[in-house]
Amino acid sequence: MDIYKLIEWVVKIGIVFLIFMHALAYIVLLERRLLGFIQMRLGPNRVGPFGLLQPLADGIKFFFKEEIIPRDADRTLYIIAPVVALVPALTTIAVIPFGDTVNLFGRQIELSITRVDISMLVILALTSMGVYGIVLAGWSSNNKYSLMGGLRSSAQMISYELSLSLAIVGVVIFSGSLDLVQIAKEQMGTWGGIIPKWNIFTQPIGFTLFLISVIAETNRVPFDLPEAETELVAGFHTEYSSMKFAIFFIAEYANMVTASAMATLLFLGGWHGPYVEKFPLLGPVYFTMKILFFLVLYIWLRGTLPRFRYDQLMKFGWKFMIPVALANVVLVAALALFLY
Amino acid sequence: MSILGEVVESVKAIVKGLRVTLSYIPKEKLTNQYPDEPVQVFSAYRGEHYLNVDENGKERCVACFLCSAACPANAIYIEADEDLRPYKERFTKEERFAKVYNIDYGKCILCGFCVEACPKDAIKHGHNFEMAVTNFADLIKDKTYLLKNRERESQLPVIIIDEITREKYAKAK
Repeated sequence: MDIYKLIEWVVKIGIVFLIFMHALAYIVLLERRLLGFIQMRLGPNRVGPFGLLQPLADGIKFFFKEEIIPRDADRTLYIIAPVVALVPALTTIAVIPFGDTVNLFGRQIELSITRVDISMLVILALTSMGVYGIVLAGWSSNNKYSLMGGLRSSAQMISYELSLSLAIVGVVIFSGSLDLVQIAKEQMGTWGGIIPKWNIFTQPIGFTLFLISVIAETNRVPFDLPEAETELVAGFHTEYSSMKFAIFFIAEYANMVTASAMATLLFLGGWHGPYVEKFPLLGPVYFTMKILFFLVLYIWLRGTLPRFRYDQLMKFGWKFMIPVALANVVLVAALALFLY
Repeated sequence: MSILGEVVESVKAIVKGLRVTLSYIPKEKLTNQYPDEPVQVFSAYRGEHYLNVDENGKERCVACFLCSAACPANAIYIEADEDLRPYKERFTKEERFAKVYNIDYGKCILCGFCVEACPKDAIKHGHNFEMAVTNFADLIKDKTYLLKNRERESQLPVIIIDEITREKYAKAK
């Protein structure tokens, strides 16, 4: 095996992981400040300039918090649950491409940790693994609120994963590939030099379905029933404290980033933008900007919408999302037949 | 068709909501950056009390116990005494005065009943709200402290505003 290949991998993993973890911390800060602005507050601004050191302070606080394990909790599962939630959330970034192949130091380097032919399926499989962490946490805490949160989470995941996959099927029909790099490359170029060839313009219904399902998948407002504060205290992580709680938090935000990256790659043309063919290193910049757009949208929605009621959530998922998603697949298939 | 109409209606509603929240982002914030900037309080704010004096600097309190009786929290402790010297020599307005006048801020709920009950305008609410102490005993404030509170009023980290200036302020924004 090529030693340089190994070094390349290690460096790539290191850089991506480091940026990813820091980004997660700062997304929390962004969310708190933006929500504050929406509610006519200032948000955390005391630690460092503009509150920029707040994530560090939060991290230190989490490390020094007392760790409490409930007496009647299932200790093994209780400790494993946060890990089960975090590992799939972090693993998904391995297959997400964030740029085209670039020429650096005389080597062709792919801007993704690893390239899999079926990366779309890998991401879907891994993100649905994350729900086990939530269910296990809810079950092992031996707390009725946690249990309710875990149950709701599993029901919600099953309902919305269907429409999520069906929305992705539309894109896959168009590009004829499950490889995210291929899907992004299909969206290269423009129509008439103005409108980029992004899937969002050919499949607006699919995009809307994807966005709604993905918000439900990541348990965010208005679909945050597993952790509904007003009814379930904090849902599945009611009994968690200290770093274990922080791990659930990191997992949630990692899932958010993955979902945004997926939305970018599938519908917003991935890393494509003006002049990206000439300077391939612009790719990651565009990619980050597009992800940031989705993250701000997430936060904006959180500041706007109230939470669904549980029966509304189920009704919306099964009676509206899935029929529309099925109809969308038929529509897109017909369109693909007509176009190609 | 009704489903389509419903979808259009709800999308409209969501967009409207998103527009409202977006419009709030650049707006002026209501937060006071308290330790850095002074806090705005109304002139009728019920802060820590002060004991009033007359135009010659003589104490107004006559130890009538009306404030103590009006107090729902039993926070005021008074001991009465008499000073029969002429007005110029004594330090009180009337012959009868309060030898001890303690307010226990561990009990006081700052309801303002004592101020309403006082027939001599001797006790008033100031605007000080920084009343935290590290010791229970320090919560009991004695007469000398309460008398000095009147002079401290001008050095408080607060801006006293009344309704009219507040309206002007809001309009200027």
